[in-house]
Amino acid sequence: MATVSVCQYHRGGFSFENCKRNALLEADINKLGFSSPAARKTGTTICGVVYKDGVVLGADTRATEGMVVADKNCSKIHYISPNVYCCGAGTAADTEMTTQIISSNLELHSLSTGRLPRVATANRMLKQMLFRYQGYIGAALVLGGVDSTGPQLYSIYPHGSTDKLPYVTMGSGSLAAMAVFEDRYRPNMEEEEAKRLVRDAIAAGIFNDLGSGSNIDLCVITKGKVDYLRPHDVANKKGVREDKINGRPETGNYRYKHGTTGVLTKAVTPLNLEVVEESVQTMDTS
Amino acid sequence: MHFTVVFSGLSGVCDRLRQARVRTPAAGSFSNVVKLKMAAVLQFPASVSTFNNYNDLYPDWTQTEVSTGTSIMAVEFEGGVVIGADSRTTTGAYIANRVTDKLTPIHERIFCCRSGSAADTQAIADAVTYQLGFHSIELDEAPLVQTAASLFRDMCYRYREELMAGIIVAGWDPRRGGQVYTVPVGGMMTRQPVSVGGSGSSYIYGYVDSNYRAGMSKEECLKFTAEALTLAMERDGSSGGVVRLAVISEQGVERQVILGNQLPKFSTV
Repeated sequence: MATVSVCQYHRGGFSFENCKRNALLEADINKLGFSSPAARKTGTTICGVVYKDGVVLGADTRATEGMVVADKNCSKIHYISPNVYCCGAGTAADTEMTTQIISSNLELHSLSTGRLPRVATANRMLKQMLFRYQGYIGAALVLGGVDSTGPQLYSIYPHGSTDKLPYVTMGSGSLAAMAVFEDRYRPNMEEEEAKRLVRDAIAAGIFNDLGSGSNIDLCVITKGKVDYLRPHDVANKKGVREDKINGRPETGNYRYKHGTTGVLTKAVTPLNLEVVEESVQTMDTS
Repeated sequence: MHFTVVFSGLSGVCDRLRQARVRTPAAGSFSNVVKLKMAAVLQFPASVSTFNNYNDLYPDWTQTEVSTGTSIMAVEFEGGVVIGADSRTTTGAYIANRVTDKLTPIHERIFCCRSGSAADTQAIADAVTYQLGFHSIELDEAPLVQTAASLFRDMCYRYREELMAGIIVAGWDPRRGGQVYTVPVGGMMTRQPVSVGGSGSSYIYGYVDSNYRAGMSKEECLKFTAEALTLAMERDGSSGGVVRLAVISEQGVERQVILGNQLPKFSTV
């Protein structure tokens, strides 16, 4: 390195040296055979599409903690402002808090300007915050909305880079969803077609990616109206166990029908018992 | 103000490594082995944290930073400059954006071509756009291309440990006409009549050196840039998509796109 190592007074801003120390400590712990608790991640497939009158955002609803599903029906489409919504992939806590912080700041900004907030403003705020944290906030976002300049869609990466595109996908299932988009996207689609396309893209992520699953949530944003469809499609319905008795399904019923086992012989022996002692013990129900 | 936030963020980022080098020897709470390891690790620029190294659900490309793999180029001609770039942004082996616009306007007649980390170059370009706009209002005239290049150089040199950005600044100003300044990784700044950058540039230095002539016309420059970038995109995996071109002159900016099937064809490709 070419910099001069001069003893400098700490000027302000963030110091990330503890993150590196933590990484080394975690490596040491893993070598000993222990593992630190896994952060809850939204494995995720999220996507968005710009259509004729606005944008359609879609997300699955599975949240994972390592290899275990922590939440079967979590909400990944977050409110930013009345006309702007944001899907979040990555660490669940990071996406939740980041979108809440920016939503709060955007509301104050909107009150200050006296105007409906713009999607580009939310994009700037999000990218500047994520860049400030140099990628340590694991939030990958799909931001969409309609404002005075029209419908817009942005993808925002954890390090703070953004892309403004007509269709985007993020998360572990993004490759599967992008395959659907690349095949069937057209500019200026109708609302029903756009909703079908987003639904199919999320479904591709749900069925082909282990980190995504459960239901499909949709959010259709147009000028002056937001349709938050949760759930839009229950792609994985939990089945009902069928032990039919008299035609009705009984769950967890392990009774067998009379005659399941054939009876060969039957002998009944009455036992004559006398009551010797009777005592009552009260249960401690305090 | 949005941009002061960016400045403090960048200054904080810079402090991280300087401070660490000073504090490591005094960190008595860690064992010697860990201290040595820390000293070794902290010398190198950090990549994204270690969450989920062990988890197969999240393929490696989701953890790597987004980079503009890139081939970028700028050529001076009499009366202006021609700039060009490919359109591919990658996260590891996945193409995150296949239609990226790497030719970013900094001012009315000053553009920059971005290569390196997408987040770093976008943040730097936003900061310099603000600074240059403010400077131009104070001056009440169009800013010089050299001023824009100096602003890029100052930022890229000051935060050279934290940033990964290779930038070509090109534009037209009334004082010196069309100019191309290159600010590669590390923060040097130099003016060149023709400049190439990005991962794909390695493959076209020979082509550019042998085919460039001083005094080319605007159309010749456009053809030269398009062909050079096509060759780079053919050979470099991190470059591809479409070729975006722009001509900056006294009359303003003309932009064009050459789609994949319209790229110039060479005998071997």
